[in-house]
Amino acid sequence: MKEGKVFKLFLTLALSLSLFAGKVIAKEPYKIGAIFSVTGAASFLGEPEKNTAIMLMDQINKAGGINGHPLEIIIEDSKSQESDAVLAAKKLLEKDNVLAIVGPSTTGESMALVPIMNSAKTTLVSCAAGYGITNPVEERYWIFKTPQYDLSAVQAIYNHMKKKGIKKVGIITISTGFGDAGRKALLDEAPKFGITIVADERYGPKDSDMTTQLTKIKATGAEAVINWSVGPGQVVVTKNWHDLKLGIPLYQSHGWGSKKNIELAGKAAEGVIAPLGRLVVWDKLPDNHPQKALLKKYETDYKERFKSEPGTFGGHAYDAVMMVVEALKKVGPDKAKIRDYIENNIKNWPGTGGIFNMSPKDHCGLDMTAFEMVVVKNGDWEILK
Amino acid sequence: MLTVLLQFLLSGITVGSIYALVGLGFNIIYNATSIINLAQGEFVVMGGLIMWFFSQSMQIPFFLSIVLTILVVGLIGLIMERLTINPLKNSDLLLMIMITVAVSIVFRGLLMYKFGKDPYNYPPFSEGEPFIIFGAVIQQQVLWVLFIALSCIGLIFFFFNRTMIGKAMSACAVNPTAAKLVGINVSRMIMLSFFLSAILGAIGGIAITPISLMEYDKGPALAVKGFCAAIMGGLGNGMGAVLGGFIIGVLETLTAGYIHSGFKDAVALVILLTILFFKPAGLFGNKSTLTVRKF
Repeated sequence: MKEGKVFKLFLTLALSLSLFAGKVIAKEPYKIGAIFSVTGAASFLGEPEKNTAIMLMDQINKAGGINGHPLEIIIEDSKSQESDAVLAAKKLLEKDNVLAIVGPSTTGESMALVPIMNSAKTTLVSCAAGYGITNPVEERYWIFKTPQYDLSAVQAIYNHMKKKGIKKVGIITISTGFGDAGRKALLDEAPKFGITIVADERYGPKDSDMTTQLTKIKATGAEAVINWSVGPGQVVVTKNWHDLKLGIPLYQSHGWGSKKNIELAGKAAEGVIAPLGRLVVWDKLPDNHPQKALLKKYETDYKERFKSEPGTFGGHAYDAVMMVVEALKKVGPDKAKIRDYIENNIKNWPGTGGIFNMSPKDHCGLDMTAFEMVVVKNGDWEILK
Repeated sequence: MLTVLLQFLLSGITVGSIYALVGLGFNIIYNATSIINLAQGEFVVMGGLIMWFFSQSMQIPFFLSIVLTILVVGLIGLIMERLTINPLKNSDLLLMIMITVAVSIVFRGLLMYKFGKDPYNYPPFSEGEPFIIFGAVIQQQVLWVLFIALSCIGLIFFFFNRTMIGKAMSACAVNPTAAKLVGINVSRMIMLSFFLSAILGAIGGIAITPISLMEYDKGPALAVKGFCAAIMGGLGNGMGAVLGGFIIGVLETLTAGYIHSGFKDAVALVILLTILFFKPAGLFGNKSTLTVRKF
């Protein structure tokens, strides 16, 4: 009984001491919000994004925080639902009074937040790729995003084809949001590069054989095939392309950038070409490349802590968090100045997704130079010159 | 042009063989209990993923892996029946079907927990280049799937028509009370039917994974197409399910080839509906057995 009392007293004392100590040493924390699809259909995006945010918060605080202020990232799970993303944003803005929000993970959720962020006059740095998130830019005053546009990946592919003299192309796309967006960009951009789309085929996300579509594309006299999908579909297309010995090159979207795809497709993947962000090929970049050091550190730190690959998606969260952190470092906890800093001062700024050049006209800051054209050779990536 | 048509047909046979093998699994439980087991797709997924686990992750020899996978999945089917169907064996048929839906959701959750969301793959049963027939290409693994589907039909036919236990099982479906009166342990027969259909699902999963890859949430997509195959051929009819699978597969690829790939699922299903409209028992089903069934 007595011992218990002594212990309680000790505990109260220790607690009040630590509170006191905390107030003296650390300045007030900078709070930023994060909304990711940690669970639900888009959890393959949200999981590495959440991990990245936690890792960055720990690293920054270990190094002394932002100008002495500890960084606090409040992470909310949107469950891959627009309605939950909206609720999470309201909670972060009204209850936690965050200075900026990073995320959400998907285009739909990001679009749902646009009016909320605009009326709350708080910066959102989205981790989703959709064109509409940051366009038209006049109506997206407070909105930025870090992933490259689908359009840029399409331009990178067409640019490569133009150099190779390919003029007739067959496209095959998955019937999901990702495939729809890619298909639209492929169809829209083709005339600008003097390319004719001679076949436009689709398939479902759980389809097991695409030889029919590929045979049809070949019969139209196409000089190359472009497949636009994420998930098992891109491996199945690759295997079918190899089995059919189509004799024309296969291009994949920027969704191809995982070593897992090469493993699954085996030798069928040899020769597949894709526009990939530099995160997957950082070890093949020249040493003086401005992105190399940061990509190396990010990937090795992440692998060490989470025993998995961060992938391109984790990188989007990295860029979003670091942009906000840099703004906080330069202008302090002022919502309007944070926005202005990101719009005007993120120039020649190396991130994982590319070298960002934000401007009042472009709230993404990346173009097709963010991609390297990469070919699969001997079970590894090789950058095409 | 003929080569292109031939390629469409061979592609149809490839996807059709997958539907056929999944469709077969529906028939066994249906033949013994009149239940449609909507967790059948998950048995197929388990077959593929557990096979990957034994053969690739644990590096157990190929044939041993197959045997282990079949046993594990069979056991899961058996446990499923004991835990969910057996406790309410006297209740409504529709309720039991709903329970299989619930079980399939639980299975998917567990599979995601264990295997994550990535697709899995392992080498086909026989290495080597695909066969080329008059310029059209067919994967060796497809021939394996065909061979396995046909062997399964043979075994099932033998089991239900030539063995005592198989006949006892079909008796349970036709009239459980009468079966009980002549001394058949109905509860045990139902358990056995879940065991067998889980095994059949596992065999399907093992065989098709090298063609289509396997991931935790492929079950419903497989089950829908497999179920269509079984319905088209006439529920309960093994040969019917296989032919139904091929018909749907070929219809899909012909639609994709000559109309547009965006329409392929729709056209196949419309034709299925049309067939059922004129022949409710399915192409090879028998009207008299349909009326004996409970719905």
